[in-house]
Amino acid sequence: MRGALRVGLSVVVLLGLTGCAGDFRYNWQWSILACTSENIDAGCIGPYFYWILQGLWWTIAVASAAWVIAFSLGSVIGILRTLDKPILVVVPFVKSPIYFRTRWIGTSKGIITVDVGWFLHGFANIYVTVFRNVPLLVQLFLWYFVFPELLPHDAGMWLKRDLPFPEVSTAIFCLGLYTASRVAEQVRAGINSISRGQQYAAMAIGLTPVQVYRYVLLPVSFRIIIPPLTSDFLGVFKNSSLALTIGVLELTAMTRQIEEYSYAGFEAFTAATVLYIGVTAIVMWAMRIVEARVRIPGMISLQAK
Amino acid sequence: MESGGFDFHIIFHSIPFLAKGMGLTLLLTVLGIAGGLVFGTLLALARLAPFKVLSFVAGSYVNFFRSMPLILVIFWFYFLVPLVLGQEIGAFQSVLIAFIMFEAAYYCEIMRAGIQSVKVGQAYAGEALGLTYPQNMRYVVLPQAFRNMIPILVSQAIVLFQDTALVYVVGLSDFLYSADIVANSENRLMEMYVTVAIVYFALCSWGQFQVRNLQKKFAHE
Repeated sequence: MRGALRVGLSVVVLLGLTGCAGDFRYNWQWSILACTSENIDAGCIGPYFYWILQGLWWTIAVASAAWVIAFSLGSVIGILRTLDKPILVVVPFVKSPIYFRTRWIGTSKGIITVDVGWFLHGFANIYVTVFRNVPLLVQLFLWYFVFPELLPHDAGMWLKRDLPFPEVSTAIFCLGLYTASRVAEQVRAGINSISRGQQYAAMAIGLTPVQVYRYVLLPVSFRIIIPPLTSDFLGVFKNSSLALTIGVLELTAMTRQIEEYSYAGFEAFTAATVLYIGVTAIVMWAMRIVEARVRIPGMISLQAK
Repeated sequence: MESGGFDFHIIFHSIPFLAKGMGLTLLLTVLGIAGGLVFGTLLALARLAPFKVLSFVAGSYVNFFRSMPLILVIFWFYFLVPLVLGQEIGAFQSVLIAFIMFEAAYYCEIMRAGIQSVKVGQAYAGEALGLTYPQNMRYVVLPQAFRNMIPILVSQAIVLFQDTALVYVVGLSDFLYSADIVANSENRLMEMYVTVAIVYFALCSWGQFQVRNLQKKFAHE
């Protein structure tokens, strides 16, 4: 909790500094943050308090749902990127031998072997490259405006008309796929950081490749990458604010709306800032507990801080 | 959309307009990197300085900005800068200040890791030669730290280049916003957004390629 305390203190310091700087004439109206109903006398044109709560709820909902997609998909893609052994699929019963000179397909004695591993590895590499090299905002626009046009007519219409909460669903989907590429990088780095000897030892005692990953590589690597995954998880919360561009009323959008209604920008943005910092502090605290819980006794924490 | 198919004509037609937008994007990126790097280095030095108060303030600054979404920071400065200065200064300036302040927090962390990657013996040797603290930093530690950091600094530059697309929210005509104007006025969303994505992808991939080369180069030495 020391980190949270530091952050809290720094908010006070920074607000104090900005308050002192320059010719600062400002009509303070902190009370509007407590507006629960419309009351023109008190300066409440809307129930700002509930707006903020609602915004916070959407931020948490979008970020959590996106994280579920990102974590599961990212883990699979990260694992695929560490496959260095070909996975061969054998297609039998070919009458005449055909000779291929490519890496992923070969023949011997009337059967064709197809290296599925090469495909999967290549797919995972392309996925990470594409999703990391296009700005998230552009991806969001592509999913929201362009993707329904590319589908067959009926499917596109369904996305545009019948999808429940179209903006929110698109934002979750887009943010999940984007963050998956980052998670995949962490998972790959985690697996690659384990010394080769462990893998060889596991193979030497007769484990299958799946068992090697399931019982040896993954349990260790996921523990190692908890700190970078935490920062990716926090990134999802921050990036969920981009959803305001397609009309999701999450925390930042709500505070922007309050600013436009009441001209109390300072108060509204401060509320959002404090809430984002609160979310960050809670997530970091929770992840530290998770890290301590799953620690393997005797193993030195690689991310000593 | 009035007709199907992919209209290449509209893309060629809007190239000069898009190029102007890209100019603004690149200008923001370059100024943001320069400002963020200078301010970030100062922050990192403050954070590692032997004075408790200084390192506490710098640390708080970094934690503060790292827990905020960039859009909120842009809104903050868009709203706050005219209020503090007492006069309107335009969207570009306030967004630029927001980028520099925001990126400095990230550059600070990179710098700190870079400075800490220099062997302690080097700093001790500098001290033993009688260098003062600023001299030691200037001539011994920072030159080595910068060399270690170059690949990750370039990576962060690519991130900043992508982040500049967020100026969309205050309506500054960068690359994405210019394309958006064409897309909406000509009703050609698909063509424009796909073009934008391809251009960003090409530039960022090229950058990533350079990062890999740099990593190889520095790994060999």
